[in-house]
Amino acid sequence: MSPKLTIAYEAGSASAASAPTGGIDRFDALYRSVEERHRKKRRVISALLRALVYLGAAVTAGVLAFLVGYILVNGVPYLTPSLFEWEYTSDNVSLMPALVNTLLMAALSLLMAVPVGVGSAIYLVEYAPRGSRFVQVVRTTTETLQGIPSIIYGLFGMLFFVTALHWNLSLLAGACTLAIMVLPVIMRTTEEALLAVPDAYREGGFGLGAGRLRTVFRCVLPTAVPGILGGVILALGRCVGEVAALIFTAGSIAQIPNVLEGAGALFDSTRTLAVHMYVLASEGLHVNETYATAVVLLVMVVLLNLLATFAAKKMNKGGKDD
Amino acid sequence: MTEATLERQGERAAQNVRGAAAGYVPQVRTAARRAEERPAAAAPAKMAVRDLNLHYKDFHALKGINLEFPKNQVTALIGPSGCGKSTLLKTLNRMNDLVEGCRVEGEVSLDGEDAYRSIDVNNLRRRVGMVFQQPNPFPMSVYDNVAFGPRTHGVKNRADLDEIVEQSLRDAAIWDELKDRLKKNALGLSGGQQQRLCIARALAVRPEVLLMDESTSALDPISTAKIEELVGELKQKYTVIMVTHNMLQALRVSDKTAFFLLGEMVEAGDTDDIFTNPDDPRTADYVAGRFG
Repeated sequence: MSPKLTIAYEAGSASAASAPTGGIDRFDALYRSVEERHRKKRRVISALLRALVYLGAAVTAGVLAFLVGYILVNGVPYLTPSLFEWEYTSDNVSLMPALVNTLLMAALSLLMAVPVGVGSAIYLVEYAPRGSRFVQVVRTTTETLQGIPSIIYGLFGMLFFVTALHWNLSLLAGACTLAIMVLPVIMRTTEEALLAVPDAYREGGFGLGAGRLRTVFRCVLPTAVPGILGGVILALGRCVGEVAALIFTAGSIAQIPNVLEGAGALFDSTRTLAVHMYVLASEGLHVNETYATAVVLLVMVVLLNLLATFAAKKMNKGGKDD
Repeated sequence: MTEATLERQGERAAQNVRGAAAGYVPQVRTAARRAEERPAAAAPAKMAVRDLNLHYKDFHALKGINLEFPKNQVTALIGPSGCGKSTLLKTLNRMNDLVEGCRVEGEVSLDGEDAYRSIDVNNLRRRVGMVFQQPNPFPMSVYDNVAFGPRTHGVKNRADLDEIVEQSLRDAAIWDELKDRLKKNALGLSGGQQQRLCIARALAVRPEVLLMDESTSALDPISTAKIEELVGELKQKYTVIMVTHNMLQALRVSDKTAFFLLGEMVEAGDTDDIFTNPDDPRTADYVAGRFG
């Protein structure tokens, strides 16, 4: 549209909508009397709120810093090479077997939970009719499952995997239990990530004659990957930090599963780092080593998070200007 | 199109609008020019809808629409918000299939073939391409955006793809701007460039009809002018059907205009007639800017 045209329209309307005549009317006087007082009040309230917000941030950061600092101060001096021996003995409570088991356990659970969780989220968002009763029921169920204490999952895992299926206390029973536990987390975050992808991408795909599968995998999923990875990181954190569910399902034998057994290794009882810490702490014989183990667990969680963030960046590179 | 021409057109259009409002029929200088461009005989219909009724659940969104879209011409659908013009557009390539609770009755045909019963939906959407209101390039490179459609429909050969990408970008008048940035992410382009990229992406699957759903409403005036100019060129090869809120745009760009109100088609015909000599008083009121 040309500038001239706009001017023409404005010129036409200017005379019709002339400003009200000057002079102080009732409302002007009202505002003048009220404004000053109101402004002071607002200033006090906003200062108060700002203080509260700062306080909240300070408390959060402070607690975290104290926690990490406390663990580091108590643990770092006892980080000795002997803690990283391959063999665990009652004299040398080496954390190496538990470290390896933690990685195995987390990898195995995520291997099961991620495809199922991401798959069902894709179904719920992209395939199931939007707002259908079924989707609502599944969503509510998932949310409920997310709130269930891990001990309940542990109990279920013990009754089902360990007892009913005769898997005994084993890596597999533990990993299956963890997988069920983190499934809702992955599902919900993936769902949120998919819902956040603008419909414009879907329309673009369909509009070019692409089918649903191609549209979902080429147009929608790439945008959702960072969000999905966020959910996976969360799930990873829960796997690494879980104790209650694992004591009942994976046991606490501090040995790396014997890989020479092949698939049989899946049925060896394993002790993860978190369980290891729990056992050491409850025995009360190796308090210093417990702190050292906590340091290792902390470092491990940070490293895994960094790794996942790095992976997300790498995968998202297509989404940013190269 | 130079800015001077644009201005002149704007003035002319403004005169038309003011003239219509004042109640007399102005002389339209564009009419003669348009008559020269237009094929002498009435163009055959590329697409047509017959007795089309569309319901969203309980809402009767389109009521008994009969309309033909002539080949190699630009048809504009105008009307106030909620009048059903976008809905009609989305019916033509079955994008309404994706809407929950949408029911279509009547006939939509492409070259005499039934678009709902005898053409595969993905094939229909290849033949009837669409450009949306908001530019929606995929978050991938310029090249991959344009190649998305051809790859979807089975083109694998790199040399073929290269050729299609170049030709489509040329057709969308954006090749010179983007030829050195093919590997760059499309989200880094300006809004106007993104929209022309989306046009190129739509053209890459060799559609026969191009649907444009208010495709310039999110753009600045200069980008809008570029796209309007482009539409004028595209109709040599394609049949263009556009929804627009901007009556002056319909006047500038289209050959035929159909006016919609509350789900009904009030009037359709040559654009100049609709704007200068409408049959229905409601059309006259709308094109004069008295409502909408």
